Amino acid sequence: MAANLPVNSPIPAPTPKPGPPLWLLLELTYRCPLHCAFCYNPTDFARTTEELDTDDWLRVLREARALGAVQLGLSGGEPLSRDDLEPIVEEAHRLGFYSNLITSGVGLNDARLSALKKAGLDHIQLSFQDSTQQMNDFLSSTRTFDLKSTVAALIKQYDYPMVLNVVLHRLNIDHVEEILEMALRLGADYVELANTQYYGWAWHNREQLLPSREQVQRAERVMQDFRERVGRQMQIYFVVPDYFERRPKPCMNGLGSIFLTVAPDGTALPCHAARMLPGLEFPNVRSAGIKEIWYDSASFNHFRGDAWMKEPCRSCPEKTRDFGGCRCQAYLLTGDAANADPVCDLSPHHHLVTEAVARAERPAAHAPHLGSEEKPLVFRSARNSTTLFPKQQGN
Amino acid sequence: MNISLLDALSRPAIGRGFRLQWEEVQNAHVLLYPEGMIKLNGSAGEILKRCNGETTIADITADLERAFGAASLSEDVMRFVVMAVDKKWLRICP
Repeated sequence: MAANLPVNSPIPAPTPKPGPPLWLLLELTYRCPLHCAFCYNPTDFARTTEELDTDDWLRVLREARALGAVQLGLSGGEPLSRDDLEPIVEEAHRLGFYSNLITSGVGLNDARLSALKKAGLDHIQLSFQDSTQQMNDFLSSTRTFDLKSTVAALIKQYDYPMVLNVVLHRLNIDHVEEILEMALRLGADYVELANTQYYGWAWHNREQLLPSREQVQRAERVMQDFRERVGRQMQIYFVVPDYFERRPKPCMNGLGSIFLTVAPDGTALPCHAARMLPGLEFPNVRSAGIKEIWYDSASFNHFRGDAWMKEPCRSCPEKTRDFGGCRCQAYLLTGDAANADPVCDLSPHHHLVTEAVARAERPAAHAPHLGSEEKPLVFRSARNSTTLFPKQQGN
Repeated sequence: MNISLLDALSRPAIGRGFRLQWEEVQNAHVLLYPEGMIKLNGSAGEILKRCNGETTIADITADLERAFGAASLSEDVMRFVVMAVDKKWLRICP
C-alpha cells in the first residue's frame, strides 16, 4: 500500500561520509489483496516471484541494526500476506528496532494481532481509501470497507495508537470532511491525508488521479476547519501534493542519506521507487552485506553529495535544503534523473508540471465507476502487471 | 493532560507510543515514535531516562543534582517536563 514515511529528525548537512541508514523499509512482498490504482509499487511487480525467505529478512535486520538502523517500516504489498511476519517482528523487537506495520488491514484478525503484539510490534498504520464503502471498495477494487472498520476497532482493543492513512486524489479529495468524520468515529489519534505521489501505478493513472487546484485548496480549508474544531484529540497531517508547489520536496533527505529499502526480491534501494532509475545496478542482499551496500555500492553513492547535479541545482543555494527534489520524478517527467525535479519553478521543465495541473482543471469526474468520458483507471493487479507492463517501465 | 496540574510530586513516564533508548551509533538517547525519531541532547536524555512513572519530579531533580554535582536544577527540569508533556513525550501517572 502507498504510504509516506517521514522521519522528523533535523535534516543533516551533507557530509563526505554518509551517516547510518536510520530508516529501514522492508517491502516484504508485492502480494496484496487490494488493487489500488494509486499504488507506488512498480507496474511490473508481477515479475518478482522469488521473495526473500525468513532467514534472509532476519539477516537484513541484524546487519542494518548493527549499522544504526532504528526505525523499521514493514510494508509491501500487504505485509500480512507473509506468514512469517510475526518472527520478523520478534527479531526486530529483540534488536531494538521501533517497528511500524504499514497495512491495509486485510488479514489482520485477533489471533495475528495478538501474536504481533506479543512479538513486540510498536505501531500500526492502517490505510483507508475513502470514507464510504462504495468509494473505498471502488478505489481499491475490492470489498474491504467493513473489514477495515473491524480492524480499526481491533487495533484500539490492543491499545495501539490509531493511525489512519488516506491517500488523496481527484476521486476522493472532495470527501475530506467525510473522511475526517469517519476517522473521528473510529477513534483515530492521527490521520495522515497523503496526497498521491505519482510513481508506479499512480504515475500510469496520473491524468485520472491528479486533482484540480480548486479541489486541493478546498480540501485544505476543510482540513483546517476540522483541525480547529476537534483540537488535539485527533492530529491531522496533510501531505501537500507537490505538483501544486513551487519548490520540490527534500525527497528521502537526499538519496542514500537515511533511507534504505529492501524490495521483496532482495534488491536494496535508496528509495522504494528508485528501481526505475536507469543506469544504476542496485545490489541485492542475497549477494552483498548491508554495510557494503550502504557505504560502498556505486548505486547508493551515485546521488550522494551534489557532484551529480546539473544546473539550476548545482549553483542553487537551496540545494542543501531540498537536494534538487526527487530523482524519480525528475526521471519520469524529463527522462533524466539528474535534472532538477520539475516541481521546482526554477527548472526549465517546470512547464511539464504546470501543464499537467492545467489539464486537471477540467470538471471533476464524480462517478467514474458509473461510466464517464475519462480514460479508465488501471488497477494494480498481477494480471494487469503481466499483460500491460511486461518489461520494466520507465517513462 | 492539564499541565497546570503538574507539580514537584508528579510522577512522569514516557508517553504512550514513545520509546526511549540509547543508540550507540548516534552516541545519544533517542525518542522513538510512530514513523519518527527525536535525537536528544545530553540533558534531555538524562531527564527522560529517569521518568519511570514512579519517581517524582522532585526526586528526579535531586538525583540529577547528585549525579552531575549541580545545584538548583528544579526550574530547568520542570520547564523540560512541561514541554515534554505538551509534546506527549511524557505523561503524568496518576
